[in-house]
Amino acid sequence: MDIASLIFSPTFLATIIRMTTPLLYASLAGIVVAQVGMMNLAIESTMLTAALMGVLFSAWTHSAWLGLLIAVAIGVLMSFVIAYAALVLKADMFMNGVAFNLMMAGGTTFILYVVTGSKGMSSGVMSLTLPTVDIPLLRDIPVLGEVLSGHNVLTYIAVLMAVLMHVFLFKTKLGLRLRMVGQNDSAAESVGINSVRIKILAMCIAGVMAALGGCFMSMGYVSWFQTNMTAGRGFIGMASAALGGNHPLGGALASLLFGTADAVANTASTLNIPSELVRMLPYLVTMIGLVAAAKSAGKMKRKKVDKP
Amino acid sequence: MLKKIWSSRMCFNFIRTLLAVGIALGLTLVIIVAVSETPGEAIGYFIFGPLKKMSRLANVVEAALPLVFTGLAISLIARTNIINLASEGAFYFSGALAALAAVQLDLPPVILPAVCILIAALGGIVTMLVPVVIRLRYDASEIVASLMFNYVLFYLGSFLIRTFVKDPASGTLQSLPFNENAVLPRIIPGTRIHAGLILAVLCVAALWLYLYKSRWGYKMRMVGSNHKFAVYSGISAGTAILIGQGLAGAVCGIGGASEMLGMYSAFMWKDLPGFGWDGIIVATLARNNPALVPLGAFFLAYMRVGADIMTRMTDVPNEIVSIIQGVVIILLVAENFLAGWEKKRTFAQATANIKLEGGK
Amino acid sequence: MKVLFGNERPDRGTIVYDGQPRQIDSPQKAVSLGIGMVYQHFNLAEELSVAENIVVGMEPNSGIFFDKRGAAEVVDRLAEKYGFNVKAEELIRNISVSQKQKVEILKSLYRNSHLIILDEPTAVLTPQETQELFKQLLLLKEGGYTIIFISHKIDEVQAICDRLTIMRAGRVMGTYEVKELTARDISRLMVGRDAVQTIEKPPMEEGGTVLKIRGLSCVDRHGITVLDHVSLDLHAGCILGVAGVEGSGQKELAEILGGLQQPSEGTFELLGRPGNELSIRERRDLGMSYIHEDRMTYGVAREESITENYISTRCDDPDLGGRFLLSGKKEAQLASQLTERFSVHCKSPSVPVKMLSGGNIQKVVVVREMSTNPKVLIASQPTRGIDVGAAETIHKALLAARQGGCAILLVSSDLNEVLELSDRLIVMHGGRITGFFPDVKKLTEEELGLYMLGLAQQSEKELTGLYDDGKGGACTC
Repeated sequence: MDIASLIFSPTFLATIIRMTTPLLYASLAGIVVAQVGMMNLAIESTMLTAALMGVLFSAWTHSAWLGLLIAVAIGVLMSFVIAYAALVLKADMFMNGVAFNLMMAGGTTFILYVVTGSKGMSSGVMSLTLPTVDIPLLRDIPVLGEVLSGHNVLTYIAVLMAVLMHVFLFKTKLGLRLRMVGQNDSAAESVGINSVRIKILAMCIAGVMAALGGCFMSMGYVSWFQTNMTAGRGFIGMASAALGGNHPLGGALASLLFGTADAVANTASTLNIPSELVRMLPYLVTMIGLVAAAKSAGKMKRKKVDKP
Repeated sequence: MLKKIWSSRMCFNFIRTLLAVGIALGLTLVIIVAVSETPGEAIGYFIFGPLKKMSRLANVVEAALPLVFTGLAISLIARTNIINLASEGAFYFSGALAALAAVQLDLPPVILPAVCILIAALGGIVTMLVPVVIRLRYDASEIVASLMFNYVLFYLGSFLIRTFVKDPASGTLQSLPFNENAVLPRIIPGTRIHAGLILAVLCVAALWLYLYKSRWGYKMRMVGSNHKFAVYSGISAGTAILIGQGLAGAVCGIGGASEMLGMYSAFMWKDLPGFGWDGIIVATLARNNPALVPLGAFFLAYMRVGADIMTRMTDVPNEIVSIIQGVVIILLVAENFLAGWEKKRTFAQATANIKLEGGK
Repeated sequence: MKVLFGNERPDRGTIVYDGQPRQIDSPQKAVSLGIGMVYQHFNLAEELSVAENIVVGMEPNSGIFFDKRGAAEVVDRLAEKYGFNVKAEELIRNISVSQKQKVEILKSLYRNSHLIILDEPTAVLTPQETQELFKQLLLLKEGGYTIIFISHKIDEVQAICDRLTIMRAGRVMGTYEVKELTARDISRLMVGRDAVQTIEKPPMEEGGTVLKIRGLSCVDRHGITVLDHVSLDLHAGCILGVAGVEGSGQKELAEILGGLQQPSEGTFELLGRPGNELSIRERRDLGMSYIHEDRMTYGVAREESITENYISTRCDDPDLGGRFLLSGKKEAQLASQLTERFSVHCKSPSVPVKMLSGGNIQKVVVVREMSTNPKVLIASQPTRGIDVGAAETIHKALLAARQGGCAILLVSSDLNEVLELSDRLIVMHGGRITGFFPDVKKLTEEELGLYMLGLAQQSEKELTGLYDDGKGGACTC
């Protein structure tokens, strides 16, 4: 099979969308936290925890939606605890994230084992998946329908969330205040905005996003949880947030880049391209993007000084 | 004398660390009691298991070795105030480099492992400095850069292994067996403890000397403590940071090579091994003091081996250790944990000091 | 002013505002009472627009959505009314400093402030921008607003103020109608010593020139000239005092000499070497020491031990150990020696500096800088905010260094200190040297005040006494 026909095949394009979905959630989580001027390394473990919780609670409640809801609630709770520890107990935000990541990497397996008696996978649990959605009209269009229709409901929710995030950040009062806190919290405080409260709120929103991303992984196309199944997607989310300029649209495009790389890498063996290099590319691009962004910011600063 | 020790800051930190570990252990025991059918037995295996047999104690030492290296690296990195997380990738990548050299080069014993370790150390230095340079030169976030760089190094390392030394017989990514001369010899008969132990001891001593006794170590500590003060005093901050981070990279590299050549006969890491992150726990426990790093590493390794034994013998999974890790770190980094108590002590000392000054 | 805006709390006294006693315990409270404050350092979010910065926290219209257009309209209308030339849509990072100031004022107006406090508003403005601001302030005055204008520039005060309250060292010296006072009167009230403390000092034994400064200028990041063509010579065995209201360029002068800033123009020669090109290290190795005015930020690493703070400037000194290692024994020797020399009160030199009192921390800084037997010492506010005993120790040390042939540039806003210790004195105002006094004894405080506040300016010819311009005849006294 030649490269072009593979890359432009509808199934492949649909795969990209599937690969992008969890990354988009993670990047939305990264964006809202970055906009409020913080950094949350624990997006990774929030996703992982939510993935497990979705599986367990959907099995126990016999409802995929209820499972999702509880997983999201747990994601919010985790984020709240981290934010509280950082802002009120003054624990280092970065170390906090590391601690939670280390704790939940094993912690999820621990819970899985205690509940199911198995360690690697949750196949013993009768967990449910969220439905896929066929979009009427769209699904009948050739190619386009195949690519865009028939995805999991969480994929469409992700797109919706990206739009909502944009509206929230840039069109609402709360969003304005959130960005104000992120850029200059003493200025925000001086006009009567409680910056701690806003920061906790942003963290909780990030918790929702991360949890949805995690649930997509364990309740979207598969109906099981696997140890370390998020495999660094939380970090990729942070990277695509940074690469996308902490803007939902930019974040979505950056996620798409990572998702494409994932999809290409998965099929790379058939194409005789070293899959490692394909997978490496988005990370390299992010690093270069970071440097380029910092460089232009530095130039601007210098220009300003030069101007008499 | 006793009073002096009591009032010292070291004592406070020691008690704080002990208390944090104690709380985390206590919590773990509660969890064990809650989930296990035979809690007494499980706790027994967990706490005393590693002590029961010589071979298990040796397992602890084996498990502690890589943690010592990354713990040392993080101890230095943390003191430069540049949060460089590349130790994870550096460890993996230098392990891959060492494996590459160990398969491809043909040199006599002693010299071959030395060359492998040297190559790995150089690789460690170069890789560790990339995020630092990005930060110092371009003022971009070294945290995100180093997180990304870990993956770059991971894929680059596995690409090198796959391209040059992959074992065609193996279905997964595994290298051809190492040249026998490259393998680090076992130094304690009957165990898998290898010559890496000697390297680790040397590294601990060297870094302790560097950090607390050398001129550049002093400079680096001052830069980390108050950057502006260091610059004002005429210390070249950039060089001090680069030396410190470079040394951290070298230690990571030596660690990667030592683990690879000491514990394996071919490259077979499927994933980032996680020692870089573990190093953060070890360094936090050791309060970034190289001399205490072996203690922290031993503690963590002991927990893990104990948990492994418990898993094998009872119904409690070994992942319980990760709960201890998380709780310990959170308690140790929460400034306000015991802060009230310390404030009281500091206040008492300050008043004592002022009295000493003659009631001014 | 911080008390009035709720940033700090008064220990005693009351604030009567709008005819009622008020308790202002937070900036929010101040805002709700109708008090607006414009700091020298702006409180704005760089990546947000002008309108967003102004309305945030009190956005127009109800509902959860932010009405961007509505906000822009309100802001544009407000700006137009008072002739502020700022556009609502512009991002803060793209506008000039004077426009940022306007945004701050608009922020107060938008929040219905009736009392607007401006803290040294003209410090960041060019003369033209200052004129523009004054026009707008007069417009506001006509609009019924009350304005508190904090400044040490007398001409500006006379230009736009109606009444003025003069403060000196935290005390009110009186409230007057501006018309009733001459500039001279104001200066006399502002500058002066409450009690004269004399310090005995032996006669000066002057040596050769060790520091030559020629036309040194510095433009800050806002494009304001903070140091304006300063030239002077510093001689061995001589203390040259630098007096002036804080913010007149002394800090920049000291930081340029100390290597923390680069000049935008001009050169200086340190012991015969071109100073601009030397690293801080090289300057110190040549024999320069520098006491920074901000001891907690630059002077010490507060978490580290006293000993480690002693050796920061000499950590490559061969006397302290081998090529790579430092000798703990020699460090300890040095530490006990220095501690004793300045009687730094501490249990042991191994305690962290942060455990010491302010005076003792300053002693640690000064003894470190003095112990290398410097040939040139830049001493910036060496005794600010410390107890009398420690100040006395430091003064003695400065005089002893002078006896030893050290050239000292003493920057101080403590008139007692600068008048009593200096052999010669320069006065700075607005980044320039306004006066040079070869004989400090003859100088009256009143005269000093005129130069400090920029009411008097010596001619180039009078100032040539400060430095050797190659034509001979310089170096008076």
